[in-house]
Amino acid sequence: MSNRRSRQTSNASRISDDQMIDLVSKLRQFLPEIHERRRSDKVSASKVLQETCNYIRKLHREVDNLSDRLSQLLDSVDEDSPEAAVIRSLLM
Amino acid sequence: MASLISDIEPPTSTTSDLVRRKKRSSASSAASSRSSASSVSGEIHARWRSEKQQRIYSAKLFQALQQVRLNSSASTSSSPTAQKRGKAVREAADRALAVSARGRTLWSRAILANRIKLKFRKQRRPRATMAIPAMTTVVSSSSNRSRKRRVSVLRLNKKSIPDVNRKVRVLGRLVPGCGKQSVPVILEEATDYIQALEMQVRAMNSLVQLLSSYGSAPPPI
Repeated sequence: MSNRRSRQTSNASRISDDQMIDLVSKLRQFLPEIHERRRSDKVSASKVLQETCNYIRKLHREVDNLSDRLSQLLDSVDEDSPEAAVIRSLLM
Repeated sequence: MASLISDIEPPTSTTSDLVRRKKRSSASSAASSRSSASSVSGEIHARWRSEKQQRIYSAKLFQALQQVRLNSSASTSSSPTAQKRGKAVREAADRALAVSARGRTLWSRAILANRIKLKFRKQRRPRATMAIPAMTTVVSSSSNRSRKRRVSVLRLNKKSIPDVNRKVRVLGRLVPGCGKQSVPVILEEATDYIQALEMQVRAMNSLVQLLSSYGSAPPPI
């Protein structure tokens, strides 16, 4: 019982600060907002993580909106029409 | 036919796409040059930006949408609402994205496993079958067992968790399948998931533009 908890605690402590900095800096390269702030190295890990959460939520909202638009457009295009054949040939 | 196809392709968007690819490829090369030890992850991340990968996903997305359309047309008598259609399209897009990832990452396996769970929801499969194996040695196998103890550990540590760890937990809940993973796993999965989402948005945008040019009633922007 206590041994298992201590194991988890030791696992958590194994994550060194250098490893955390490396992972967060890798994550930071793929965020559009923070690209503009690259000059100042004062951006903290907490700030990067916050930006990451906001960016993923933004992408989720974009996918939701695009899904709604696609479902509307699918209604307006007939399956057997020549337009669908053209679209299929373009995508394949 | 050939002339119609040539007329359809707009040169302006092609130029803008090339500009985007150049910028992102330079970012990818910078990432790979910085950390030589993680060249494998650099290659994995570069996959999401190739033109070939974009085309493969678009084809899978279109096939999935056709399947959604067939399912909805079969249930025309029940007259599904627009909200249900949008949700079905979203799920199809996510499944196509997970298939494109080929199960290499936790989030893609989580999406596919979630699909299986929904499919066999009435049969009530045991949850142990849906357990996703840990990818790194940091996660011990014993931590996957005894859910109650895990919850108690989280509660015990709740007050002493620093700000960074708390935000990593929030991030873990946003990435599929990473709600209870360790910090480095969440960060690596989030890095890959962000780029996959970006590709998904690009593909769906181009598909919307294609369908809008043919739709009898294009939706208001």
